[in-house]
Amino acid sequence: MEKMIRLAHGAGGVLSHELHKYIVERLGGQDASALADGAVLDLDEMGAGQGGRLVFTTDSFVIVPRKFPGGDIGKLAVCGTINDLAVMGARPVAISMALVIEEGLETEKLGEYLESAAMVAAECDVRIVTGDTKVVERGSADRLFINTSGIGITEGGNEIGPQMARPGQKILINGNLGDHSIAVVSAREGLSFAGQIESDCAPLFGLIGNVLEAAGGKVKVMRDPTRGGLASVLNEIAGSSRVNIRIDEAEIPVNDKVMGACGLLGYDVFHLANEGKCVFFIEDDDGAVENALQAMHAHPLGRDAAVIGEVEGIVDEGATPRVILKTIIGGRRIIDVLTGDLLPRIC
Amino acid sequence: MIGREIVVLNEERFRDPRLAKALIDRIQKLIETVAQRKEGLLGTDENPINLMEVCGTHTVNIFRSGLRSIFDEMPGLRLLSGPGCPVCVTTNMDIDAALAIAARDDVVFATFGDMVKVPGSKKSFAVLKAEGASIRLIYSPTELIEIAESAPDKQVSFLSIGFETTTPGIAYAIKKAKALGIRNLSIVASNKLVPPALNALCANPDVNLNGFVLPGHVTTIIGLAPYEPVARDFAMPCVVTGFEPVDILRGVEMLVAQLSEGRAEVECAYRRAVPVNGNPDARKIMSQVFEPTDMRWRGLGVIPQSGLKLNAQYEDFDARNRFNVEASEEIENPKCRCGDVLIGKCLPTECELFGRGCDPEHPLGACMVSSEGTCAAYYRFGFT
Ligand code: SF4
Repeated sequence: MEKMIRLAHGAGGVLSHELHKYIVERLGGQDASALADGAVLDLDEMGAGQGGRLVFTTDSFVIVPRKFPGGDIGKLAVCGTINDLAVMGARPVAISMALVIEEGLETEKLGEYLESAAMVAAECDVRIVTGDTKVVERGSADRLFINTSGIGITEGGNEIGPQMARPGQKILINGNLGDHSIAVVSAREGLSFAGQIESDCAPLFGLIGNVLEAAGGKVKVMRDPTRGGLASVLNEIAGSSRVNIRIDEAEIPVNDKVMGACGLLGYDVFHLANEGKCVFFIEDDDGAVENALQAMHAHPLGRDAAVIGEVEGIVDEGATPRVILKTIIGGRRIIDVLTGDLLPRIC
Repeated sequence: MIGREIVVLNEERFRDPRLAKALIDRIQKLIETVAQRKEGLLGTDENPINLMEVCGTHTVNIFRSGLRSIFDEMPGLRLLSGPGCPVCVTTNMDIDAALAIAARDDVVFATFGDMVKVPGSKKSFAVLKAEGASIRLIYSPTELIEIAESAPDKQVSFLSIGFETTTPGIAYAIKKAKALGIRNLSIVASNKLVPPALNALCANPDVNLNGFVLPGHVTTIIGLAPYEPVARDFAMPCVVTGFEPVDILRGVEMLVAQLSEGRAEVECAYRRAVPVNGNPDARKIMSQVFEPTDMRWRGLGVIPQSGLKLNAQYEDFDARNRFNVEASEEIENPKCRCGDVLIGKCLPTECELFGRGCDPEHPLGACMVSSEGTCAAYYRFGFT
């Protein structure tokens, strides 16, 4: 394989074949035919039992820099799609991966990103089953864009969704807010906040599985607060369920360095993107909340988990559902949806 | 911004809920003392103590920390927001002049990001950019030099706004440009000074104030002395403070304490950051490049000696001269009440367009655009 990707690598000839082979190898040494243009999946083999349903999702990744503390674009592309499936209560089974490569990308770097993609996929027992590669001329893309799509299976039964928030439910999160955004801006701008902040980029499938097991059918809403942050997710849920939501600032886990960075850069931590966090709305009976919290604390991705708030009342017709923050000093204010783009190309 | 190590200060104790609670209780007691002393003429719900936070950073932090809701529920006290957002007080006249220059084919126009969506009398930078003008957003004035050097066949121009905190950086960039012999850089100077605006507010019969919460960062440059005439001539209590909740509460407490004791002095609740004498070096560099001039503020009109223009030595950098921009008339959107909002005469929520035609995505006035604008803060954090 040559040191750099050239336009000819996308032309469909011998070089394309070489690139294809390289990609397949880096993605876990599967037989090249395994990464054909399409994949046939056997529902039985995937374990979709009676009442099981397919969940399908897609996402594109354009992050700069492509490598950042705590991850790279390859890992992010797989985690992102696994998490999208997991928060829908699905077990991810198969992923597709499409690459748009700008000519001039170093082959070795591409290999690195693919290897980290393969590593997370293997960790979660998900196969990358199909893909596509395009090489475009210099200036038409910024080095590397990745699209992943994923298929997962739900067992059915418990209905989970943003319209399921009801008064009294507790709101939980599995750890610190904002690490991903701050890790990426620091890497991009060459800033350092008294030591490095690592992105929280991680596949949440395992943690979510444990929570669902621990809290039974009491988990009613799950969402990953990626772009737009916790603010976006909570406002969307408040809107879908027409409820008011209250969050306690004092309970929200945030790394000190991230807090400091927010102060300096003028960001609101609720608007920062996360790539390894899930927000849960859980009915507070039969010890479900306590059990879920324990399950999270026992998982490496949930050590800083906390109950951060609760669903207040149903909103009257005509009124606007609100997400209200009870601040550390005991005041109140609204948590708004981000306007404009705080940090472009964060994922 | 490459390779910068940023020290994160531990400001935790200035967010301590117990300290905050103690201060809130004390402020309430002091208000009662004022009410007794003035026999209902001040410190009651009918005649509340009107304090003004002059600075946009304070406005935002008061909302963000939840202090707004606490003050709103405190009997006998009102906290008004003042003209302290540099984007908001920039007149349409200045914006229009900048837009006229930015529209030229031979110009790369630089501006701070908050300015981009501000509607001038006809259009905004955002619209001009979509029409094909070359508009660059900058974070720091030092970028001006880089841009000018990298585009030698273009004219680089900049809408220079900001108070005493921002201006030294701009002065430094201009001084450096001159030393480097850079000839393709110019600025539309619209920089403003805080103390003359305080004077104008006190002298304005429409404005009824009992004390100023003054900005810590401006004071780190100018020191405490420039506020003395305001305190003395208008018997106006002045307290400089920082931006954490406990700082702001302490500032308010000191103001109400002054009122309860019948004092009107300049005090500082932010000693950890503000040297009494400010920063003489920063002032020196400002005065090497700029000199005071009469300037028009949105909401306050023309205030004597409240703005800065390039002095004789640096007038070559004046964009209005270079591009022959005539001073236009000041044309404002008649329905937008930014002017009244900026002097605390009206709350954003009293503007009929607030949330009904004017919001951060579709701003009709500067106060809704800027991240430090009062209307934007009410919209993003308030309960309406
Ligand atoms: S709400 Fe909009 S129109 Fe009304 S004063 Fe504020 S900026 Fe102007």
